[in-house]
Amino acid sequence: MLAKMRLLVLSFFLSLSSIAPAEAQNFKVQEAALDNGLKVLLLEDHKSAVVTFQVWYRVGSRNEIDGRSGLAHFLEHMMFKGTKKTKPEEYSRIIAQNGGNSNAFTTEDHTVYFATMSRDKIGVEIELEADRMTNAVLDDYESEKMVVMEERRLRTEDKPGAALGEVMSAVAYTVYPYRRPVIGWMSDILNLSGDDLRQFYKTYYAPNNAFIVVVGDFDAQQILARIKQEFGKIARGAAPPKVTLEEPPQKGERRVALKKEAELPLLSMYYHVPNLQDSDGFALDLLSVILASGRSSRLYQDLVYNKRIATGVDADYDGVSIGPAIFSFTAQVMPDKQQAEVESAIDKVVAQVRSEPVSDRELEKAKNQVEAAFVFGQDSIFGQALRIGQFESVAKWEFINAYLPGIRAVTAADVLRVAKKYLDPDRRTVGTLVPTKETK
Amino acid sequence: MSLSNGKVKNGREDILTFAFCIFHFAIALIFLLMGVTVIPSSSEARLAPKRSVLGNGLTVITSEQKALPMVTFNLLIDAGARFEPEAEAGLANITARLLTYGTKNRTALQISETLDFLGATLSTGCGEEAATVSMTLLKKDLDTGLQLLAEVLTASTFPAEEIDRQKQSILASIRAREEQPGYIAHLKFIEVLFPKSSYGRPVEGTADSVKRVDRPGLLDFYRKYYRPNHAILTVVGDVSHEEMTQRLGKAFQPWEKGGASVGPPPLPAPGAATVIKVNKDLTQANIIIGHEGVPRAHPDYYAIQVMNYILGGGGFSSRMMESIRNRRGLAYSVYSAFEPEKYTGSFQVSMQTKNESAGDAIRIAIEEIRKIREQGATEEELKAAKDYLIGSFPLRLDTNRKVATFLSQVEFFGLGLDYPERYPELIRRIGREDVLRVAKRYLQPEKLIVVVVADQTKAALKTPLDTGKGL
Repeated sequence: MLAKMRLLVLSFFLSLSSIAPAEAQNFKVQEAALDNGLKVLLLEDHKSAVVTFQVWYRVGSRNEIDGRSGLAHFLEHMMFKGTKKTKPEEYSRIIAQNGGNSNAFTTEDHTVYFATMSRDKIGVEIELEADRMTNAVLDDYESEKMVVMEERRLRTEDKPGAALGEVMSAVAYTVYPYRRPVIGWMSDILNLSGDDLRQFYKTYYAPNNAFIVVVGDFDAQQILARIKQEFGKIARGAAPPKVTLEEPPQKGERRVALKKEAELPLLSMYYHVPNLQDSDGFALDLLSVILASGRSSRLYQDLVYNKRIATGVDADYDGVSIGPAIFSFTAQVMPDKQQAEVESAIDKVVAQVRSEPVSDRELEKAKNQVEAAFVFGQDSIFGQALRIGQFESVAKWEFINAYLPGIRAVTAADVLRVAKKYLDPDRRTVGTLVPTKETK
Repeated sequence: MSLSNGKVKNGREDILTFAFCIFHFAIALIFLLMGVTVIPSSSEARLAPKRSVLGNGLTVITSEQKALPMVTFNLLIDAGARFEPEAEAGLANITARLLTYGTKNRTALQISETLDFLGATLSTGCGEEAATVSMTLLKKDLDTGLQLLAEVLTASTFPAEEIDRQKQSILASIRAREEQPGYIAHLKFIEVLFPKSSYGRPVEGTADSVKRVDRPGLLDFYRKYYRPNHAILTVVGDVSHEEMTQRLGKAFQPWEKGGASVGPPPLPAPGAATVIKVNKDLTQANIIIGHEGVPRAHPDYYAIQVMNYILGGGGFSSRMMESIRNRRGLAYSVYSAFEPEKYTGSFQVSMQTKNESAGDAIRIAIEEIRKIREQGATEEELKAAKDYLIGSFPLRLDTNRKVATFLSQVEFFGLGLDYPERYPELIRRIGREDVLRVAKRYLQPEKLIVVVVADQTKAALKTPLDTGKGL
């Protein structure tokens, strides 16, 4: 079931590692700002009579401190527990009765609340989001804390791949807050208090630390007026503290193993790379496509198709982040094959892109994949809103429209250069999941 | 539910966490299955589906959408697992998977090279009843795409080496599914619910049955079931019905009609109430509780959907969510669903809770089932359910891909292309007496099958289960 969610997330990031083909149009986003510092980004799309409304808070797990991991996410849960005007869970009920789907999510960089509804009902969501930006009641939290602990068991404790990912981040990052899991360590979740929730809410939930993205079938002037009416009355808050931590350069490979009940070993490698705000981001993006996007990609051909030593392989560049990014490889080892074989095969493929330029056709293929995915991404108003929000959260939304030209300008020499520079074994963490199985 | 390919997304995105995405998905799943639809007049005109049957019997449905230069294809074909012999369980799935691994004109690599160069996606899938082929591409690549689609449907060659490779890959995923407690619970549940029926078997088969699948069997299955008169092709995107049918007539001209009958519909007899425990080193118990449901064409289908929304289908508005998650903090995800197939269906409650509270969670879920059977629903609950079901319709069809899947399902279940217009009334006319009647009739506490995948020592379930009044 989680696969579905992951698909949404994956497809989103795939589209990001893409952007703007010859046929695709720029995002015609209209921007406005309220006096209290709340920024509003509007994109009209009249394909269907539906609107998606999203409030993005510029706070995520990167703003937490040791011992309080999971606080941003726990607060996200508590935002559904009522305000001075609404009872617990009433927000969700009201949206549903108006034919809407609503939800929220938390990442390292931001916390996002959203509803998608027919155009004539979206005012309901605007009113409710404005209310909970400032009036949330955070008192009765014990049973919701149990829910979050169940969520952690579901997502991480009983999922070998996710459990490995958590350990990998904890080792790859030594200083930067990305070393902590978004959902939080179990013991931290247990210790979170009502004071923690209220303090965090007071510090980070303010119009000047948030922005709104609306995509769909609406009239920009009308919806902006409605937003001003509801959010305009909220007072500006104090500027929240900045995260000043910096990840020091890695000097030497790190290795980590996780033993857990599982069937097949997993191999994962994290390389430190700059995020998309660095101009090398474009070439890194294309490099990940060349390596592992599609059945004709280099790693798939070699490991899965020809050598048959992995059941699947992935290369991923997550450049859309505020902090330092990771270029990752992950492979599941085929039964009766060795994890060492898989590691050495990946190393060979990587060594090749670090020593020889990719062919023109391969580069063109990667660019085509990126461009087509961009058009397909515009099929969904929700996906477009996510994309705008993501870019605004980590840089500026305008960056979306600069992205395609950036991708198009990449040469084979650029790909070679970034592969050489960043896919250096001294900059990586290698992790393995070692299956243990209890005999029944 | 799909098998994971064992991909560990880089930890950073993997942990992106939703407050309650799972129930959200549960609803999406239910709607996908029930093909819920209400098109308000404005978007109804927008959809404007058109239907033709080609000379070779292929049903073609189109919805022209000009906003983006892309086209999406969704093919549904009567070639699911129920048509395969039990000894070769997995045959239908392997057939579907091998469609894109070699045709008379192209090798597997040439096919993927062609697709990747266009940035197009072409994927296949297999279920109990039907196999699916989905393709999305830019409009400018329509010719190449159609040619490829026609090739995989009429001229796949099933090379021996690819069969071997695919079997190895499936055997690996059969092993890997042991890592997925939710999937294990699902497999146990269908096995007990539909004994001695293809509906009770995993679509991908077992390690033994997959090993028995061979090339003659695959070719035979392909020739027999991959026939245009057993297929529905929906095309949504920047192309008109006339243009599409014309192009398809040409591209699919070599695709010949097959024998008329695909055999009698299966009528699986449901298994008896039981408790199944699977022991695993887990922190949570993965629980499925349920019994037989109804087929999609059942006259009480809509009343059942309204009733189930109130019971456990309606996210935060549902009683199970309220009593198990909100009030007691026992689970992150809990929902119930009546999942219809063409000839049968199931009712399932699904949840995960820490091992130690498995017994409590099961007891409370069964109490809710008993309560709605005895007391029905309030007027307020009924209104909330109907308002959501009718009002959220446009969200089911807000992308081309959703529209393509939806229209194929409408045709597959014989709902008629005017179904969107009829839907609001089908829901609106459900009354409180209907909810009570269908709750009494289609919820059957005495028939509940309970599957618990957990650390059984910690779960310490008493058998028979302590449900207050007994099962």
